[in-house]
Amino acid sequence: MNVPDNLLYTKSHEWIRREGDHIRVGITDHAQAELTDVVFVELPKVGTNVEAKAPVAVVESVKAASDIYAPVKGTVVEANNALTNNPALINSDPFGEGWIFALKIDNADDLKNLQSAAAYKDQIEA
Amino acid sequence: MSEPAEKKTPLYLEHVRLGARMVPFGGWLMPVQYTSIVDEHQTVRNAVGMFDISHMGQFIVSGSNARDWLNTMLTNNVAKLDVGQGQYTFLLNYDGGVIDDLILYRIGETEFLLVVNASKIEEDFCWLEKHRQDGTMLKNRSADFGGVAIQGPRVVDLFHDLLGQSVELPARNHIIDFVISEMPVSIARTGYTGEDGVEVFFRVSDATKFWNLVLERGARLGAKPCGLGARDTLRLEMCYPLNGSDLSAERNPIEAGLGFFVDLQKPNFAGREKLLETKANGARERLIAFKMNGKGPPPRPHYSLLNKGARVGEISSGTLSPSLNIGIGMGYVSAASAKTGTPLEVEIRGQIFPATIEKKPLYKKQS
Repeated sequence: MNVPDNLLYTKSHEWIRREGDHIRVGITDHAQAELTDVVFVELPKVGTNVEAKAPVAVVESVKAASDIYAPVKGTVVEANNALTNNPALINSDPFGEGWIFALKIDNADDLKNLQSAAAYKDQIEA
Repeated sequence: MSEPAEKKTPLYLEHVRLGARMVPFGGWLMPVQYTSIVDEHQTVRNAVGMFDISHMGQFIVSGSNARDWLNTMLTNNVAKLDVGQGQYTFLLNYDGGVIDDLILYRIGETEFLLVVNASKIEEDFCWLEKHRQDGTMLKNRSADFGGVAIQGPRVVDLFHDLLGQSVELPARNHIIDFVISEMPVSIARTGYTGEDGVEVFFRVSDATKFWNLVLERGARLGAKPCGLGARDTLRLEMCYPLNGSDLSAERNPIEAGLGFFVDLQKPNFAGREKLLETKANGARERLIAFKMNGKGPPPRPHYSLLNKGARVGEISSGTLSPSLNIGIGMGYVSAASAKTGTPLEVEIRGQIFPATIEKKPLYKKQS
């Protein structure tokens, strides 16, 4: 499984890319492989304020609907509208074109609660 | 207290070796998918796929009174079966509720094979044994047989390769015994996918050999192993019911729209009075099939079905149809809202998505 070193990770399988005071969020290669065949993504509305660990999006495969959580407290500044017509981008390019939303974060210190690539690797290999 | 461990079919190690994702189903550990549900679904619609159905149960009923007794236990007319022929039928309780839906084959003058759902083996057997009459023998042979369903348009090519070009598969709903590579097998021309196909039963000790023979010889035809995920999307496109979801002890076959498999002319069978009552008074709720009007989240079991904003029922089975690329499902709705063409709304996470009641089946093969 691909686990890029330059990203942060949650226990619930989201990846986080820091972009100044914004973060971009998606689900990991491991998560998309577990879900398989993503057929629908419910995106958050831009401008929504979200708490850490609050459900903000839904990724649905043929079999199940899975909540996607905000890694930290913030405000939604972007949602990946390309997923509306092509939800399978999450499968084909989970760390790139398959990103789900971007947050303006309230407090950069909150990112210290997230785990490194090495720690996430340990989690999924356990 | 820990849950009892799930049972494993004789093909368990083959599934693991093929990288299947294993999930509990009806008390068994079964493959839900090997590669992807959509890919396996398309394999069955376009080539040929093989499913492990070893978890399903097999009972043998025999004896001079076997036919007449089974006719009092099951809804379809057993007397219509020639030797080698099978029929879809229901085992009902006295309220007309569905204990199980199954296929009954007449495999000898006075001998019958019942193929029942995995999760219902114990319950069906106890019910039948409790009502068993003199002149009949009932044996649960579930542990002796493995089985696979081989389904898809290339199935005849595959069996010509296995059996020889001149050998004919049984006709639809018929069963014939063959020997393939020294393995005695029973082949039935039945299935749960809407494609041409067979269900094959063999000795547990032959399971791995048979499975690998089919995959090896079928490779050039595009044959692949397929899991329960694709089995569910395939059967739902055809509106074939799943017991426990679309059928239950609280629902009868008339409500489910499956009266074709009930012979009310028969003088006596368990549940008959209730079914006559439903027929006379009309079902309060009916099992309908629907299609979503547009793109949106897939409909799923237990979501509410509304008609002009009022709740009229709920979804019993729902998915994204890989063939139609739109959300489809079935559900029980009040009879007044059950007509084909009725607009419905599906409530998904507080939002409303429009759908329309469609004629069954939802998928029709392009010929």
